[in-house]
Amino acid sequence: MVDMVESTNLTQELGVALTPQQIERLEHDSRRENWGRNWYKFSRNPMSVLGLVIVLTVVALAILAPYVTPYPRHAGPFVDFAHAKVPPFGKYVFGTDQIGRDIFTRIIFGLRSSLLMGVLVLALVVPPGVLAGLMAGYFQGSWIDTAIMRITDIFLAVPPLILALAVASVLEPNLWNGMLAVSLMWWPWYTRLVYGLATQLRNEYFVRAAEVNGASTWHILFREIFPNTVSPVLTKMSLDIAWVIIIGSMLSFVGLGVQPPEPSLGTMVADGARYLPDQWWIVIFPALAIVVVVLGFNLLGDGVRDMFASEGG
Amino acid sequence: MSMARFLIRRIVYSIFVLLGLSIVIFAIARIMPGDPARMALGARAPQWVVDRLREQMHLNSPLPAQYLYWLRDALQGDFGLSLVTQRPVTRDILEFFPATLELVLIAGILSAVGGIGLGVLSARHKDTWVDNVVRVFSYTGVVIPSFLFAIFFVLLFGWTLHLLPILGRLSESTQTPPLRTGLMTIDTLLAGRPDAFVDSMRHLILPALALALGSMAQEARITRSSMSDNLGKDYIASARGLGVPERIVMGRFLLKPSLIPTVSILGLDIASTFSIAFLVELIFNWPGIARYGMGAMLHKDLNAISAVILVLGAVFIVVNIIVDIVVAKLDPRIRLQAGRSA
Repeated sequence: MVDMVESTNLTQELGVALTPQQIERLEHDSRRENWGRNWYKFSRNPMSVLGLVIVLTVVALAILAPYVTPYPRHAGPFVDFAHAKVPPFGKYVFGTDQIGRDIFTRIIFGLRSSLLMGVLVLALVVPPGVLAGLMAGYFQGSWIDTAIMRITDIFLAVPPLILALAVASVLEPNLWNGMLAVSLMWWPWYTRLVYGLATQLRNEYFVRAAEVNGASTWHILFREIFPNTVSPVLTKMSLDIAWVIIIGSMLSFVGLGVQPPEPSLGTMVADGARYLPDQWWIVIFPALAIVVVVLGFNLLGDGVRDMFASEGG
Repeated sequence: MSMARFLIRRIVYSIFVLLGLSIVIFAIARIMPGDPARMALGARAPQWVVDRLREQMHLNSPLPAQYLYWLRDALQGDFGLSLVTQRPVTRDILEFFPATLELVLIAGILSAVGGIGLGVLSARHKDTWVDNVVRVFSYTGVVIPSFLFAIFFVLLFGWTLHLLPILGRLSESTQTPPLRTGLMTIDTLLAGRPDAFVDSMRHLILPALALALGSMAQEARITRSSMSDNLGKDYIASARGLGVPERIVMGRFLLKPSLIPTVSILGLDIASTFSIAFLVELIFNWPGIARYGMGAMLHKDLNAISAVILVLGAVFIVVNIIVDIVVAKLDPRIRLQAGRSA
């Protein structure tokens, strides 16, 4: 902090150009300072921190599933009718299901496919969505804009869940095709978001200056416009991941996602619903797990949004 | 005048979007591995019958031609036979759609009234316990997916409290009235059967509430935040300073512009309620188009899947046009813009 202020003042006073190394160091310092400031803003809201803690715990449990669960074998093809439908809070914390598998173990393993879905869908969706939005926005009014945005409108004309269900049902139902189906429906939201930003940014002076200086289209798209879309995109990603997890659980709830015996939270809810109301625990604990995961990501997402929102501009 | 032009442009554009959607749907139906003719006839049908059906279904023509044949039939309301029900898909849809429409309309009313009401309440009593209760409620509504609400309701009201029916549109003891509109509440009234009307309303409450809670929560959040944003604006202070009665400041000056974002979201929500209905109808055994579509998907019934998606896409587009009109009525800036660009 002190360093930067001093050297900036120095440059201004003496009119001395900084060496590239000095500029790099200043940039590095200010970036680190930004991180610190953002973290400070984020951590001031206890709910955001709670969200972060939930998400980190869930991720850690999912990764360490074979080591933290009491009966890792119950996550696979396992049957033990002698211990079927055992009520919770005894030997089995959350009880056992209709064929004697420990529900706690299966929930922790089920988190894996939920999280994998959330992360992979966003990884598949964000790059093409953002690229399409950048292109359409920068070439606003050209045929590129028309083509991209018209295609986007078509995909946005149907709620994503319905098209995802249709695609998943037509393909072989499994986790990967479910992801593919959701991804196919999700990119237009990013295109539309970035498009809106890019159409404004293309008229900014720094973009004009780059154009006048003969910068390549590539440079303008990725070095001038793209960095200014990062915070809204990150904010949307952090809020979207909860949505993707919900849609993933809906797909497996209707049998179009993860296939048994592989555990998934949606399938567990669907199977357990048949044993209501007497064996309520078969449904309630997986359902609560979905709620907790979604809550965690939502709180975290709200925190990220607030952090970027007050970024001054 | 300018409004009419705005509308016409909007409608013409929607037709192109629907055409695009039909291409996407056709593509989805054709990426499925396997021979549609063979699937329609079953594994035991002799090959020459399959070949004849392939010819009839134009499956030997190039893909673009196949699409045009399909589109020609679809435009005439002919989506072919359903594999599951063995009846024309169009007839199935006409039969099942009203049940979903009724459910979604009730859910839409619930979420609009409830969401705006709670939002206003929350904004009027900002930072009091009322506000906090509403905020906790709206967060709960956002993080709990509707199919879990549906299951909780079934467990709580249906099995534990025995308060409300949880399956179907009418009790078995109630005789179904002659169907005229397909909307059970209206048909029972038309048949002059108040007892059956009450019964159908009781059947509607839980599924409609399960569908509505998510969007109700979202609308409460948005109404609250847009009202409290506008509350800090200068025109409210000046209206108060001029001695305009508080009731008019709140009702006319504050509420109307604050509802613009709520109405835009409400339209999207009602449209996506149709997609959530795919799960909720399954849970409540509600004989609607979503449960029909779900059955079609699980049986790979391509004709029915295509028709259901196309119909829901059309509904989605119509709802969005209606929302645009309402928003334009609420927001003079949009009217002016539409007039200028037209």
